Amino acid sequence: MSILIDKNTKVITQGITGATGLFHAQGAREYGTQMVGGVTPGKGGTSIDGFPVFDTVKEAIEKTGATASVIYVPPPFAADSIMEAVDAGIELVCCITEGIPVLDMVKVKHFMKGKKTRLVGPNCPGVITPGECKIGIMPGYIHKPGKIGVVSRSGTLTYEAVWQLTSLGLGQSTCVGIGGDPVNGTNHLDVLRLFQADPDTEAVIMIGEIGGTSEEEAARFVKDYMTKPVAAYIAGVTAPPGKRMGHAGAIISGGKGTATEKVAILRECGISVADSPAEMAQALMKVYKP
Amino acid sequence: MNIHEYQAKAILRKFGVPVPDGHVAYNSAGAREWAKRLGDGPWVVKAQIHAGGRGKGGGVKLARTPDEVRNISREMLGMILRTHQTGAEGKLVTRVLVEKGCNIANELYVSLLVDRATSKVTVMASTEGGMDIEEVAAKTPEKIFIETVDPLVGLTAFQCRNIASSLGLTGKLVSKASSLLQGLYTTFVACDCSLLEINPLVVTAEDNLLALDAKFGFDDNAIFRHPKIADMRDYDEEDPKEIEASQFDLSYISLSGNIGCLVNGAGLAMATMDIIKHYGGDPANFLDVGGGATIERVTEAFKIILSDKNVKGILVNIFGGIMKCDIIATGVVAAARQVSLSVPLVVRLEGTNVEQGKQILAESGLDIVAADGMADAAQKIVAAVGSDAK
Repeated sequence: MSILIDKNTKVITQGITGATGLFHAQGAREYGTQMVGGVTPGKGGTSIDGFPVFDTVKEAIEKTGATASVIYVPPPFAADSIMEAVDAGIELVCCITEGIPVLDMVKVKHFMKGKKTRLVGPNCPGVITPGECKIGIMPGYIHKPGKIGVVSRSGTLTYEAVWQLTSLGLGQSTCVGIGGDPVNGTNHLDVLRLFQADPDTEAVIMIGEIGGTSEEEAARFVKDYMTKPVAAYIAGVTAPPGKRMGHAGAIISGGKGTATEKVAILRECGISVADSPAEMAQALMKVYKP
Repeated sequence: MNIHEYQAKAILRKFGVPVPDGHVAYNSAGAREWAKRLGDGPWVVKAQIHAGGRGKGGGVKLARTPDEVRNISREMLGMILRTHQTGAEGKLVTRVLVEKGCNIANELYVSLLVDRATSKVTVMASTEGGMDIEEVAAKTPEKIFIETVDPLVGLTAFQCRNIASSLGLTGKLVSKASSLLQGLYTTFVACDCSLLEINPLVVTAEDNLLALDAKFGFDDNAIFRHPKIADMRDYDEEDPKEIEASQFDLSYISLSGNIGCLVNGAGLAMATMDIIKHYGGDPANFLDVGGGATIERVTEAFKIILSDKNVKGILVNIFGGIMKCDIIATGVVAAARQVSLSVPLVVRLEGTNVEQGKQILAESGLDIVAADGMADAAQKIVAAVGSDAK
């Protein structure tokens, strides 16, 4: 088992006729994901590299039976694409697009209330259940099927953690990139809940960074409810206050959201926190015996 | 993106938020002329730089006559203003705001921001105007009042009345506060702000409300739909290296250390800075080359890193996912040749086509230290820079 996606997940790509969308749709198909088509308004009825193209998400779901969508639509239009997928009633939306205005996401979050769709991202690498289904831009081959769940705000730092795990022979159940934006669909806590409930996940690595309090909330959940071992790393100990460190959400504002503060709270909650990004897998091994 | 106070007040004025009458001036004669046009004094002359704490640094002064406005402006223009936010190097004052003074009866605080926890716009108000709000939040949190705005209905009249009441406003000031708060919310949404702070918001002796100072933060992701705001960007207020980097879509932030970093991905870039520090070094910058780095961008990144004279060594840390290691290696070699690299360079490559990448580096004939893993890379660059300094 796994969380969010598995071998039965059928995926459509919103923005499939764009260079990025097509490239990653092809990559996911090669990995073995059921990539069943795509959506580009105005190009419905055509096909591209074997993928049928539809004008609307609604139609794409009706014709393909898709259960998940991945979005590569440019930032000015991405919020609308998310809402279109949500309105069509799809189970999961992964929004890879970076650079969506924050107030657009405020509207999206409001729009999603009471709807059944789960949004992962935006500004994220996507979700992968190794050996079964890859939705997003992560390199598939670094992963290995197994029992460790990984959740992270950062893309390449997730790859780093996955690579450390795979190098130690530890496979992953599912890896979830929740994205680096301040307003996003799924946070650390949501993913920890899913991992806790998943019988095939035995332990979790949580990767966070400066800004906000998502990691702290997740840590309190770990302390109160989680029976599985959790290791963590928080990036940005050396980040100066008031500067946006690449990710829109990675900013220390008003002295809040510092890495030092987060690390202290995580440790208080019984999480094994790595001192350096090179030691994420070792930090897990301190609390988990495979 | 940030803007100057005079620009902020012009925006607020447009949205019906009461601000003192005033005008920007670039020379002392102009300042005197504007003082006369604004009507009777006294006037306040305010140095325009992108940093708080100007008053304490001598950047805000009261003038009784137009001649005094001229004299004060003459002193301020061209001065290096140092405040707790500018750092020791300070900022050059090239323009002043000449404003009509007002009779302050009371100072309040109000700000709007996007709250990450609720994913909604939040209005924050306090009776402690003129103070550092973080300090108020830490010491007297009961003096901060919060209203969360529903995106569908906007800031409601009752929420405005709640805030006014919390601030101790009564009578006609309640409706004046409501109208001001509505104006701020409209501004916030219309301009895609990330922060809008009025500190202080003053109650005048004549029972009026005025936004005496205003600070805007704009959502960089939304600037594309606000060309007029984008035009307000003052490049003199920013690090020239950061400006150049932004032109090449590189995410770069200058720091005070001596080890330059070139990394793909924001999280990994932060982690790379951290691991340098972990092994006793000091990072000179944050630099994310992004996912689609080309030879040109890598070369440009090298140039920007090396334009920082403090840099004594460079660490390249790439986890090639979609980006292939051989492409990055080719870029690094080309860049190193083009800039005639003279400082130690440690390269850590991992991921797609890593063996080809390492081979390209090894066969380049350049003095490049290859590293296995982040820890090894950080230790090697710290050692190289350390021994260089001796």
